[in-house]
Amino acid sequence: MRHGKWPLIVTFLVPPVLLYVFFVVSPYLQAFQISTTDWLGYSADANPVGLANFKALWRDDYVWNALKNNGILLALVPVLTIVLGLFFATMLAMGGRKGRAGVTGVRGGALYRTVYFFPQVLSVVIIALLWKEVYHPNKGLLTSALHGLGLPSPTWLGDPATAFWCVLAVMVWSNVGFYVVLFGAAMSAVPKEIYEAVLLDGASRFTTLRRVTLPLLWDTVQVAWVYLAIFALDGFILVQLMTNGGPNFSTDVIGVRMYDTAFGSETKFGYASAIGVVMFFLTLSVAVLSLRIGRRERIEYS
Amino acid sequence: MNRRDILRRSAAAGLLATPAAGLLTGCATGGGDKGDAETYKGTKSAENPLGVKEDAPLEVVIFGGGFGEEYAKAHEAMYTGKYPKAKIKHSATQEISKTLQPRFVDGTPPDVVNNSGAGQIDFNGLVSQNALADLGELLDAPSLDVPGKTVRETLLPGAVEIGSYDGRFLVMNYTYTAYGIWYSNKLLTDRGWAYAKTWDDHIALCKQIKAAGIAPWTYAGLHPRYMSWPLISTAIKLGGPSVATAIDNLEPNAWKSDSMRTAADAWHQIVKDKYILDGSSGLDHKQSQTAWCQGKAAFISCGSWLESEQKDVTPAGFNMTIAPTPSLGSGDKLPFEAIRGTAGEPFMVPAKARNLAGGLEYFRTMLSKKGAQDFTKKVASLTVVAGASEGVDLPYGLNTVVRALDASGANGFNWVYNNYYRKLERNLVDAACGEFFSGRIGPAEFLDQCQKGADSIAQDSSIKKYKRAA
Repeated sequence: MRHGKWPLIVTFLVPPVLLYVFFVVSPYLQAFQISTTDWLGYSADANPVGLANFKALWRDDYVWNALKNNGILLALVPVLTIVLGLFFATMLAMGGRKGRAGVTGVRGGALYRTVYFFPQVLSVVIIALLWKEVYHPNKGLLTSALHGLGLPSPTWLGDPATAFWCVLAVMVWSNVGFYVVLFGAAMSAVPKEIYEAVLLDGASRFTTLRRVTLPLLWDTVQVAWVYLAIFALDGFILVQLMTNGGPNFSTDVIGVRMYDTAFGSETKFGYASAIGVVMFFLTLSVAVLSLRIGRRERIEYS
Repeated sequence: MNRRDILRRSAAAGLLATPAAGLLTGCATGGGDKGDAETYKGTKSAENPLGVKEDAPLEVVIFGGGFGEEYAKAHEAMYTGKYPKAKIKHSATQEISKTLQPRFVDGTPPDVVNNSGAGQIDFNGLVSQNALADLGELLDAPSLDVPGKTVRETLLPGAVEIGSYDGRFLVMNYTYTAYGIWYSNKLLTDRGWAYAKTWDDHIALCKQIKAAGIAPWTYAGLHPRYMSWPLISTAIKLGGPSVATAIDNLEPNAWKSDSMRTAADAWHQIVKDKYILDGSSGLDHKQSQTAWCQGKAAFISCGSWLESEQKDVTPAGFNMTIAPTPSLGSGDKLPFEAIRGTAGEPFMVPAKARNLAGGLEYFRTMLSKKGAQDFTKKVASLTVVAGASEGVDLPYGLNTVVRALDASGANGFNWVYNNYYRKLERNLVDAACGEFFSGRIGPAEFLDQCQKGADSIAQDSSIKKYKRAA
């Protein structure tokens, strides 16, 4: 075994590591270096300016506004998505109560599972354009439905009071399907006897979810939490395509700010890199924090 | 070896690899200057005033937007007609900045770039980094097919000024665009309405239109800067071109001048009286223009590209017509006919283009009467070449643009702050317009917000500032 180990490592591990270093690690390091310059992106000249970009960031109201929006997304998107995902997955796995002693899903579970997964199959761009039409203030699905009921409707993406929540709803909508499947798979690994025992003890569905399912699924939920937190700190594609941060910066997120600073209304690549560096550390800390806070004893079925 | 060990060891491997990656840093900003190695130069002669090397390849990148790319292929064919040995590399993209940014840094940019569209590269950034070639030589070269005239002498007034930064002509804006208020001539004639020449009459007309069950106005709520154009035009017609110069030069309180105040107060009327189509604030430019084409609204603010942009959805006999903004009163410094006309659709030759002379010669081909006429025929847009639309059969809307520009004549006006400081119009004034035209803020707050945006640009030492004379 000894003599066979190194060729294996060299063949299978070194090429991916090199690719990773070249395409992922090195751009990160470059971003750190660029963030300390005043590079404007269209010449090779860049003067080192130390931490001036970060000082400017600290006083940039637009960046703070974008960070605030990311903060709200971070607080709401993971919670809403996970709660909805758990609810749907539970209903699909054990929502039915027809046969008293058996644990079954609601009728038509297979169909629901497919339908929930639809958004995951669509590309984010399609989702954004689809919802832009749903939110069309004159002939969109939502507006027409409200008008059909004789209710007034807001202008959705055109009003700073509603635009942000419209985008947030799309974020949750587009993610829930995946987590229904993820939680569903995790639930199917839980031995049925546990549920049967709980049922015999007369626990309600909600108690079952809270006291039995959730603790058993904790690892999966935690992974979901980290993914969704990272997603909430990004949100770039959806926002850029649906509102581009408007109206009046009400849906701005940090990713859009970075893109706009480099490729949009300005060419400040140094400053944009500084925003990127801040984003990097924020995402890293959020991921580490949510792993630390959520740490619990692992449960092994035996 | 369990899973944890593998993870630990690969992490160590990653750390070892880091110094190697460190060597790579600086690539993005450290490369470049390959373009200096050799540039193609030919010998200058009367036939070849720009010194084109006849077999040098030429690379042209076109913005694949509303005008398409066929017109450019025709220009390229004209170029190779004169230089049959030259190979032309043609490409079209909608993402100019993302596609070309690495090549500018690398020092190997294309020879001709049509820097336009939403992915346009901010000109302030390009100019302040000396990334653009001086096109002055082109202006003094003889025109290709107008005998006895230099290229400069064949251009419409204002075409050179708009592309000049600190007196150097760096950007060749090819089309000639008028900005005004558009209506369907059919709608107005059918109903017996006439376009109002004064603001009070305009408001009275709006009242009539609304009573007839049509919304007087709509606008691109997701790009509300479109509405800043008629508002600023109204102010310039009231106070004269100095209103625009002050804004362009970022003078203190330029946005809060008396003329701007009066104009903002006037335009607030259409918001207060609810003369704007419900839901407009949630529409993008295509959606609002389509609602207008469907007759749901009577007026919309746009530039003269509107007709070709709406070609697919405009009903037959719609007869779209451009008109200047109404006058505020007899005190206006400019007559009603004065309209904003300016050169648009920017083309540039990068300073590090290998075939710089070829790029200039390509522009000379575009600016020849033949090249300009072909463009107008193909894409139904005017060019900066004087008289090039003569004898070309123009569509209805473009004909009204020609007439409006003729009537405006020497009273025509323009502003350029959007070229100097892209962010100011695209982000800051845009956001203020959104708040103002949806009725969330009043005229005073609107001008305050615009002024705050202009001040933030003025105070930002990392942005190069430009001044223009009155």
